[in-house]
Amino acid sequence: MGILDVKGVGKRFGGLQALGDVNLSVAENSVHAIIGPNGAGKSTLLNCLVGKLIPDTGSVMFDGQSVLGRKPYEINQMGISRVFQTPEIFGDLTVMENMLIPCFAKRDGAFTPNAFAAMRKDGEMFDRASHMLEEMNMADKRHMHAASLSRGDKRRLEIGMCLSQEPRLLLLDEPTAGMARADTNNTIDLLKQIKDDRDITIAIIEHDMHVVFSLAERITVLAQGTPLVEDTPDKIKGHPKVREAYLGESQDAA
Amino acid sequence: MFGLEAKDFRLLLLVTLLTMAAPFILNPFPVDSGMAQFNAGYPDLMQRFVIFGIFAIGFNILFGLTGYLSFGHAAFLGVGSYAAMWMMKLLTMNVIPGIVVSVIVAGIFSLAVGWISLRRSGIYFSILTLAFAQMSYSLAYSVLTPITGGETGLQPKVTDPRILDAALTGNAPKANLFGLEMGSSTELAMGGWVFTFNVGYYVAAVVMIFAFYMSIRIFRSPFGMMLRAVKSNQQRLNYTGLNAKPYTLAAFVISGMYAGLAGGLMVAMDTQVGAERMFWTASGEVVLMSILGGVGTLIGPVLGAGAIKYMENILSKINKDILYEWFAFMPDGLQDFVITLVYPFIGKGWHLTLGLIFMAVVIFLPGGLVEGGQRVAALFKRKKPSDNTPDGKTTPAE
Ligand SMILES: Nc1ncnc2c1ncn2[C@@H]1O[C@H](COP(=O)(O)OP(=O)(O)OP(=O)(O)O)[C@@H](O)[C@H]1O
Ligand SMILES: [Mg+2]
Repeated sequence: MGILDVKGVGKRFGGLQALGDVNLSVAENSVHAIIGPNGAGKSTLLNCLVGKLIPDTGSVMFDGQSVLGRKPYEINQMGISRVFQTPEIFGDLTVMENMLIPCFAKRDGAFTPNAFAAMRKDGEMFDRASHMLEEMNMADKRHMHAASLSRGDKRRLEIGMCLSQEPRLLLLDEPTAGMARADTNNTIDLLKQIKDDRDITIAIIEHDMHVVFSLAERITVLAQGTPLVEDTPDKIKGHPKVREAYLGESQDAA
Repeated sequence: MFGLEAKDFRLLLLVTLLTMAAPFILNPFPVDSGMAQFNAGYPDLMQRFVIFGIFAIGFNILFGLTGYLSFGHAAFLGVGSYAAMWMMKLLTMNVIPGIVVSVIVAGIFSLAVGWISLRRSGIYFSILTLAFAQMSYSLAYSVLTPITGGETGLQPKVTDPRILDAALTGNAPKANLFGLEMGSSTELAMGGWVFTFNVGYYVAAVVMIFAFYMSIRIFRSPFGMMLRAVKSNQQRLNYTGLNAKPYTLAAFVISGMYAGLAGGLMVAMDTQVGAERMFWTASGEVVLMSILGGVGTLIGPVLGAGAIKYMENILSKINKDILYEWFAFMPDGLQDFVITLVYPFIGKGWHLTLGLIFMAVVIFLPGGLVEGGQRVAALFKRKKPSDNTPDGKTTPAE
């Protein structure tokens, strides 16, 4: 039993079977990578975990509780945070406000009608948000509009926002997509540090094999909606089926 | 002070001073000067300034913060008016119960309308609110006639029960605050100037200052930040463990209560109500006020309300004779030519002027009059306007 158990999950879009029969178990406090060619169904699988999609078949259990049928905000409150393939942040708000929102969500829950509370007096929240901005190396950008950040900074901010909720499971959908090499390496270091500093389980979708092999303790290879193999990075590297189905292809693409 | 940051407290203080001194500020021209018609310091218009200011402040909490554009807020204003009127008919001509009940009834009504309309977002939400408002308007005219008075509307009558008031000995019922009549005014003549201080105006002004204070508190609360987050990125909000629905619904109800308050005050000032108050053009007007003044800014909606009501009441009164007086110094041919050019923009044509100003604002000043003010201030400070945008105010550029 892992912290996340996916059993027999299938999802069909019209005539397209995006997910076949996905079984996946993510062990607590591990880094589990999901790799696979474009269109393999990786994002679809993630969508099924966070309540964005409801799978047609199968079950998804998080820490012994089913997430199916729950709203995204309820699943998040259970302890699953997600970083999206394209950064999703509050562009019109300042970086500080972006960081404050998840802090409030963590402490006060899904809805609090505190319309007359003076936010600036909430030292606890400001401390927590400032602390997280420092950890993300973004303290100097706190007054900037989030929309005006660079792509790399937006990603860092989004990761920081998810972390400030102290999730038990962090889902990352291609966190280094479109990043320059230096930014990618920074992100690897950041994720390693996150892993070292706290009890957290990370499931990461990634095309960049350098990232995958630097971080993952276990790897699941997904192809055409079905898991091909699941094993440790070393075994995956040498696996003939994987080389054939995925690794060769991805090196051409990259 | 009062739980506000120094900057916000200064703004509140400024608004308080300006509203209190409005009878002076709005009457800058001596009574018998040619410019006297531009004076706006008469009770009727001043009351409208602050009442529509309240309406727009509340609307801005929904539209400015969450981005949900309601086209039906006049319905809440109308419902508030009817509720206040019934309090005057049944309980007392004292305005307090009417104003309180108008807020409560509008709150309940907006909860029902919001509950349903917020199942959709974007244009579908707007259409749903519009449909509700037009439905209310039609019902008020037809089947609800026993409650609304239909086409004739409602006024307090001598024969109304008014169980809290002593019997009126044949006098027409007058709205009052513990005996102080809303309609009573004191005039102060100074040199060529005459200033009018009206009880009703000051009652409404105090309510508006309080409403403005509440709106600052909401803007600066965690709740207000969540509302801006709804506007900015609902997807991120949902995946951050926050339930957008109760936030938007709460904003909807708060803005509905503000509208009800404005409606109640209208009845307190001018004791009559008709269904036309709920017509869709009235809902559209508050949208214009917010955009003209500056969506999502604190003071913008008040400025927008003032600007539109000023034009509606002052510009519309200028007629051809007045134009002939103004341009009398010109040779005849030129005078006729200029008047022909200007005439479409005044009198009944004031809507044309409003439309042009509105378009100019939307195109050149997307932040409304507030952005205009900031740009002017920036010119003096020789700073870029973008550096000057106060933290926490959303610029509605997108
Ligand atoms: N909402 C949807 N409606 C219809 N088809 C969809 C939907 N979402 C995904 N698909 C399809 O399902 C398949 C799997 O898509 P998915 O986004 O999960 O792939 P992926 O593995 O994340 O690919 P990538 O590496 O490009 O991100 C694709 O063929 C995609 O077109
Ligand atoms: Mg994907």
